Amino acid sequence: MKTLAIHIKPFGVHAILIEWPNEVNEDILNTILQFEAFLKSNCLEGSDWEYVPAYNSLLLINKKLNIDFKSFSDKVNSWYHEMGTKVLKQRYLWKLPVSYEMEFGIDLEEISKSLKMEISDIISLHTKHIYTVYGIGFLPGFMYLGGLPKVLEVARKATPRLKVIKGAVGIAGKQTGVYPQESPGGWNIIGNCSVPIFDATKEEPCFVGVGDQIQFYSVSRAAYDLHKIEAEVGIYKLEKIEIDA
Amino acid sequence: MLKVLKSGFYTSVQDLGRFHLRNKGVPVSGVMDELSVFKANTLLENEITDGVLEITMTGPTLLFEEETYMVMSGAEMTATLNNQPIKNYKVYQIDVGDILSYGKLEEGFRSYLAVKGGFEPKRIYDSVSFYKPISFANRLMDGDIVPFHYNKIFKPKISEIKVDSFLGETVLEVYRAPEFDMLTDSQLTVLFSKDFTVAKENNRMAYQLNEKLDSHTVSMLTSATLPGTVQLTPAGKLIILMKDGQTTGGYPRILQLSDRAISILAQKREGATISFKLL
Repeated sequence: MKTLAIHIKPFGVHAILIEWPNEVNEDILNTILQFEAFLKSNCLEGSDWEYVPAYNSLLLINKKLNIDFKSFSDKVNSWYHEMGTKVLKQRYLWKLPVSYEMEFGIDLEEISKSLKMEISDIISLHTKHIYTVYGIGFLPGFMYLGGLPKVLEVARKATPRLKVIKGAVGIAGKQTGVYPQESPGGWNIIGNCSVPIFDATKEEPCFVGVGDQIQFYSVSRAAYDLHKIEAEVGIYKLEKIEIDA
Repeated sequence: MLKVLKSGFYTSVQDLGRFHLRNKGVPVSGVMDELSVFKANTLLENEITDGVLEITMTGPTLLFEEETYMVMSGAEMTATLNNQPIKNYKVYQIDVGDILSYGKLEEGFRSYLAVKGGFEPKRIYDSVSFYKPISFANRLMDGDIVPFHYNKIFKPKISEIKVDSFLGETVLEVYRAPEFDMLTDSQLTVLFSKDFTVAKENNRMAYQLNEKLDSHTVSMLTSATLPGTVQLTPAGKLIILMKDGQTTGGYPRILQLSDRAISILAQKREGATISFKLL
């Protein structure tokens, strides 16, 4: 495999940014995650390093260090070229239950009109596709998901809502995702995910990592309510499938 | 324990922050003005990571239900301990039943209260910093109780320090951030020769500035941000992310504030003048 070019950029004295070609692309994301794993296990010592991957970039942060850009970027470059393709991070496909009932899918009717598509077809398209997590940010546990079918692309709402409820599943432009907390938001809401994407009572608050995949499946109102209660008492179990990277 | 009789405008417990969850979208949080907090914790011979109260604009009224020692730092706010005026950067011995009340904000914006051993509300992901939804609330309310652990054998070695105040400083030292190179000559000239003022939209998440640069059409994929990152919106607005700021963003990142500049900015309120100096 041809090595993708990287571009290293300064970002203050405690961080350094590594950039790959400016594209939304699984190969690029895989390379980023491989390099992150390689840096963690082979290059950067100590527990003070933090790594924030997203789309085509990886930020390395160490608040306790003053990084000399020139010498550190030279090192990063040579590490990148030393990296084999063996270092792989275990990744998962998560199946997330969603109720697409009208009570939750408050914009389904409007989208159905603007896309000239039956609501049942919107739901089946949304649940058929597998989405890749290209980043987590904006809010704790907010996943930037890529892979929305082109026919489901619809503009974000002209006026954002002041309050979108926790778990709301939305679509906007090329993106789809789940609001992990109640927040303002401009996406078109089509359903509600009954299991929390972010749970601060857990030792690991967010089961999803960048590079994982998400597939939604439609559940009945009764199953939704049951999941909700299971989540409240902390016994919900998600279906996850290992992916070969 | 400390009892909050009146909470003031925005009072929260903060330490140096919560790390290693930025890749899950969790902001670092922590004190906005680290410089002032280092000094207060040092005077009490605390760990630098010990929790303090961050008191914004209007101070609280607080009742000590345990003995300890305390130090105030940061913004200059008039304050009294049992109705006697007290001052910043001086160690005070506290008895059970002592009442600390804050009055007028004189200079700066955020004042800090440190106690021996540090405030220790529930520690979540190795930090006591308030940030909802990680913690139960964003700020303290009337009647809240904040625990602290006072070790009775402590005797302060230094009772007071004179501090060269940076509260009046207006120059923010900055480094280049990843999209610095997109800046045009005209944007660079404005950025480094003009003064800017803090907008009404300023809080622990971000400080917006009133004056704009030329608009732009540079688009980028969402990428990581830091506390102190200066973003440039397509309309030319400057947004400086602070401690509760989002961990990723889609606006070009043009500058990165030095640690000291973050502390200086944290002490500014709406209308304050600042300028940028490239290091």
